[in-house]
Amino acid sequence: MQEAMINKAKQLLADGIVDRVIGWKRGEFVYDITPAIFETAEELEKDFVYDDFTAANVSKYLVKESKKEGKILAFLKPCDTYSFNQLIKEHRVVRENVYIVGIPGGPKLDAEKIKEKGITGILSVKNENYTLKIETVYGEETMPFYEAVLDKCASCKSKKHMIYDELLGEEGDVLDSNRFDMVEKLENMTAQERYDFWREQLSKCIRCNACRNVCPACTCEKCVFDNPDSGIENKAPADSFEENMFHIIRAFHVAGRCTDCGECSRVCPQNIPLHLLNRKFIKDINTFYGEYQAGEDTTSRAPLNEYKQSDCEANIVHERGAE
Amino acid sequence: MLKISLDKLDKLFEAVSASKALYVPTDREDGGAEYRKYESGMKLSSALNTVRSAKDFFFPQTENLVDFKMDGKSIEVIDVREEAEDFVIFGVRACDARSFTILDKVFLAEPVDSYYKNRREHGTVVTMACTRPAETCFCGTFGIDAASPEGDAACYSDGENLFIEAHNEKGQKFIDSVSSLLEEGDTSKLEETRSKTREILKKLPLADLTTDSFGGDKLNEYFNSDKWGVLSESCLGCGTCTFVCPTCQCYDIKDFNTGHGIKRFRCWDSCMYSDFTKMAHGNPRLTQLERFRQRFMHKLVYFPANNNGEFGCVGCGRCLSKCPISMNIVKVMKALEVK
Amino acid sequence: MNNDTLIPYIGVVTDIRQDTPDVKTFRVVSPEGGKVFEHMPGQCAMLSIPGVGEAMFSITSSPTNKEFMEFSIKKCGCLTTWLHAMDVGQQITIRGPYGNAFPVETELKGKDLLFIAGGIGLAPLRSVINYVRDNRANYGDVQVIYGSRSKDDLVDYQEIIDEWMADPNIEVDLTIDNPQDGWDGHVGFVPNYVKELNPSVNKTVLVCGPPIMIKFTLAGLKELGFTETQVYTTMELRMKCGVGKCGRCNIGNKYVCKDGPVFRFDQLGELPDEY
Repeated sequence: MQEAMINKAKQLLADGIVDRVIGWKRGEFVYDITPAIFETAEELEKDFVYDDFTAANVSKYLVKESKKEGKILAFLKPCDTYSFNQLIKEHRVVRENVYIVGIPGGPKLDAEKIKEKGITGILSVKNENYTLKIETVYGEETMPFYEAVLDKCASCKSKKHMIYDELLGEEGDVLDSNRFDMVEKLENMTAQERYDFWREQLSKCIRCNACRNVCPACTCEKCVFDNPDSGIENKAPADSFEENMFHIIRAFHVAGRCTDCGECSRVCPQNIPLHLLNRKFIKDINTFYGEYQAGEDTTSRAPLNEYKQSDCEANIVHERGAE
Repeated sequence: MLKISLDKLDKLFEAVSASKALYVPTDREDGGAEYRKYESGMKLSSALNTVRSAKDFFFPQTENLVDFKMDGKSIEVIDVREEAEDFVIFGVRACDARSFTILDKVFLAEPVDSYYKNRREHGTVVTMACTRPAETCFCGTFGIDAASPEGDAACYSDGENLFIEAHNEKGQKFIDSVSSLLEEGDTSKLEETRSKTREILKKLPLADLTTDSFGGDKLNEYFNSDKWGVLSESCLGCGTCTFVCPTCQCYDIKDFNTGHGIKRFRCWDSCMYSDFTKMAHGNPRLTQLERFRQRFMHKLVYFPANNNGEFGCVGCGRCLSKCPISMNIVKVMKALEVK
Repeated sequence: MNNDTLIPYIGVVTDIRQDTPDVKTFRVVSPEGGKVFEHMPGQCAMLSIPGVGEAMFSITSSPTNKEFMEFSIKKCGCLTTWLHAMDVGQQITIRGPYGNAFPVETELKGKDLLFIAGGIGLAPLRSVINYVRDNRANYGDVQVIYGSRSKDDLVDYQEIIDEWMADPNIEVDLTIDNPQDGWDGHVGFVPNYVKELNPSVNKTVLVCGPPIMIKFTLAGLKELGFTETQVYTTMELRMKCGVGKCGRCNIGNKYVCKDGPVFRFDQLGELPDEY
């Protein structure tokens, strides 16, 4: 696929259809891949990479990139197209300035999951029939491919692209995913157990803002948490409950707009399963307002932005809280 | 050298924790390791390093500096400082141990930061030599030997026994406090382990990385380099690198109204954040390029300029593992360096 | 435990002068009376209203004033808005002194001095000017060129008229940006006025004002034959600690709070252009 993508990009550059390409750049190791802009065929040939570790969603970069002069080619995985659509809907990107080539998505690998197995000194990782052959400075190791899959890919919601100008590879389907399993598990806990679960998870937060800054739904010019006038601007918790509030408020802010791309959990240095907060909102919206998937289209009105007489009463919150 | 059998390690921990707070790296359920206060039954993590560095012990993420009580036009200043209690951090790696000497150069320089000094004086750092360095390790670049860590006392494992030696009086005190558990041991197998580790260190992918191109006199070469644009283009402007970094020490001071008075606290801050240098009338670092450049220039040029050539990085590799977009000091050094 | 510079002292505001529509000068003493601490001209202090914020301000009064310190503060952000709303008798917190000072006892001694200020930029220079006036024998000719947007925006106008202009030992040249009723003095921007006055190149220059004014003034001085080693200025960046640790005011290997705020232009030239 990497080869086909490089060729496609070179051709679109040569034909003058696009001026720049956003993709991913090879790193020092097999897994440390950085989103990058390419402007020439030479740059593409030298550094462009698309492999099992290329997981970053580049949609958010298009907020800025699509406002620059000229047209940019973006390779979007199915999950990334939901984010891009949502950004169109919110008038955050200039659609005409982006040429989208849909590419097959994951499952992508998580280097941290390999390291968790005690495998270190990693020099190369090869997927041979869904067994990872890992060459390390300590010798060769193997592990099953699926044990190293990113959490966001393990509960993939769709292999289908929601928007593209052109497709590379075969189109997939929307999946019947297991993504609400953990949410249900949390719902079935007692209030105290659930509280303890989140307190433990959120107490790990170092307030680095990686989740917010990577989130394609967090595109405010000035975040409320960075605004001294908001009264809640803080870089660190002034008390032990504050971290919890940061994440809960953020989840509220992206409710109905989060496409469940999973980037928040992928980038969290402390492995906090932040996506579960967002999934709870998605699940509740589905329950109360009818099935809705943010980023599926660019025109429909989101349930939380639209009033219908059939909307559930507000007291539902109170009733559920009492359960 | 004095030793204790690895299977008796919990006895050592029990003995230490009986008289003072002991912190050991331990595994979390999610796979990350972190320092926790030792409690019976706690197992020492086998991970190479903790996600958060050990700087937290001396420079915590948040701390109360001073309290104020406001009464009409009057203000009362309440000094909330208390003498810290003695504590031991066990299992600090060579990189983090070196980071303390870097932090000392900032916080113990005149005027001394009494908050930092207080904890530094009461903390005993017991280091642990590495035996399984990772591909992200490059402490050797900064002259650190992962097999011979600094610290008040150092431990070395040969797979069966843990050998321990003091580097100073504080370390000797620590050893004396547990001497009944220790016995003289033969270090021949340990020497083998250490030379094996050193062989591995030489084979690591970043073993050839050098600081030759960097230093305090390189400001003009690098500040105006045209590489910063490409290097910083995908930076998210988050604080992950800063907060997992053992040597980053920028901080913010803020006030919090508790309703019963004002708490003035200090917390970690990041030069990667857009508001770091923002003033009422403008911001000298307007784009992420300038903020990104500041972080790396500080570690590779400005810090050495003020500290006899010592760099502001210890090669722990945390930013290499944790940066959401995998941009880090190694990539910056390789892009900038003059071959 | 020893004192820590981050723990402030209490200061009592004993007098507030409305200098211009957006600048007030605050007189501060310790609760026991007298100055909270000693300083040298050009040094700064951290002032705070707990719960609102803390910021660095240059000490406007001269160290030769043995009774109180003064701060001329322009209303432009959250803390300064609060400070402007204070009444006499209000306590604030104060810590310092921070930073270096103009080298009044070394390089500047015996020299002919030219002070050039724009707007609120007079605040840090006022300390030096009054210090020099009180130690007049130690310095040669003294000239002050000061300009502001309008007559009403001239900080410390009353003191300038009553004391400086009445002092035969210093020359004071004022200018405002635009003509105004009741103003028969010079009209025009400071950098142009400096060129018109064509001061002797033997003078050592101390300049402070908005960045754009400093930029053009320096260019003008160079045209007149001044070199960068003759010109001093004082800088302002965001600061939190005041002692070179919090990292905010770092430019190159310098910390403005500790190694500055006073720099000579040749020294500034060695720093990255990030201020």
